[in-house]
Amino acid sequence: MQISDFLRGSPDGIDVKGPRVVCSFDVFGVTINLTETVIISWAIILAVTLLLLWLTSGMKTKNISKRQAVAEWIVQTVYGMVESSMGKRWRNFAPYIGALFTFSILGSLVSMLGLRSVTADFNAPLTWALITFVLIHGTNIRTHGIGGYLKGYVDPIPVMLPINILSEIATPVSMSLRHFGNVVSGMVITSLLYFALSAATKAVGVAFLTIGIPAVLSLYFDLFSGFMQAFVFVMLTMAYISNADGREPEA
Amino acid sequence: MENNEIARAIVLGASALGAGTAMVAGIGPGIGEGYAVGKACESIGRQPESSGAVTRTMFIGCAVAESTGIYGLLIALLLMFANPFINKISQ
Repeated sequence: MQISDFLRGSPDGIDVKGPRVVCSFDVFGVTINLTETVIISWAIILAVTLLLLWLTSGMKTKNISKRQAVAEWIVQTVYGMVESSMGKRWRNFAPYIGALFTFSILGSLVSMLGLRSVTADFNAPLTWALITFVLIHGTNIRTHGIGGYLKGYVDPIPVMLPINILSEIATPVSMSLRHFGNVVSGMVITSLLYFALSAATKAVGVAFLTIGIPAVLSLYFDLFSGFMQAFVFVMLTMAYISNADGREPEA
Repeated sequence: MENNEIARAIVLGASALGAGTAMVAGIGPGIGEGYAVGKACESIGRQPESSGAVTRTMFIGCAVAESTGIYGLLIALLLMFANPFINKISQ
């Protein structure tokens, strides 16, 4: 490809594709697509499970091994994070928060292995946001009872009912779209950059541009952005859940 | 046939323009986040001991402020890679 081709744009263009469908089968007339995302998610779940089984095997109370120290550090960090942002009362949520954080960050980081990010499929963040949605409303009903929960929708005046319902629906939508949009924008920009760099390399004839520059961008888009979005998703989840229970937060 | 070609060209061109215009939504979050980060720097300068909490809160605020920009970006991506209008032209 010549530099003039590059300036004119590529003939086949840049196409950003959704996750590939590995296989699809019918279950009672409903087509279920087994996509790349699902396979990679299973791989992540398997890897994390095996890692945790290895970390927690042979635990002792005295003379702990290095891997037990790592396992304890992970558990303490997650519990500390939950207690500092939700309060001691919410300790039970720590496993969910830890699982969400791990899945989200690993789902973004698999792109560094050359796989497609799990979070670049809208189904994944939407699923997590819907679980959070159920937890928010479950917590609300548990504290206020069904009557108090329904009354919350006509608060302060009944005219606010549609606005309140919309704002409840907007919560999972905005949470999932934020996570998805950030990851996908990173993916698109990275693919544009790879395209531009390879075209420039072909025009110049020396492959000095493709070395180093993608690594720096990958550091930002994969590592920093992946970590940041996982953190934000988890923090928002904790904030929404602890807000759903209208009690005063303990100091 | 000729009409279809013209309609296709118009839809593709308008979609490209629309994708570019949608990214104007990046202005708002840019200004807003810059303002938030500036305020966070000020408060860290005033109280360096609270830098951890301020930074954490700032990142979350930035992420929330970013969502309008992300919505614009999604519209732009939709128009570029999964154009919903091109299929409306009768083949």
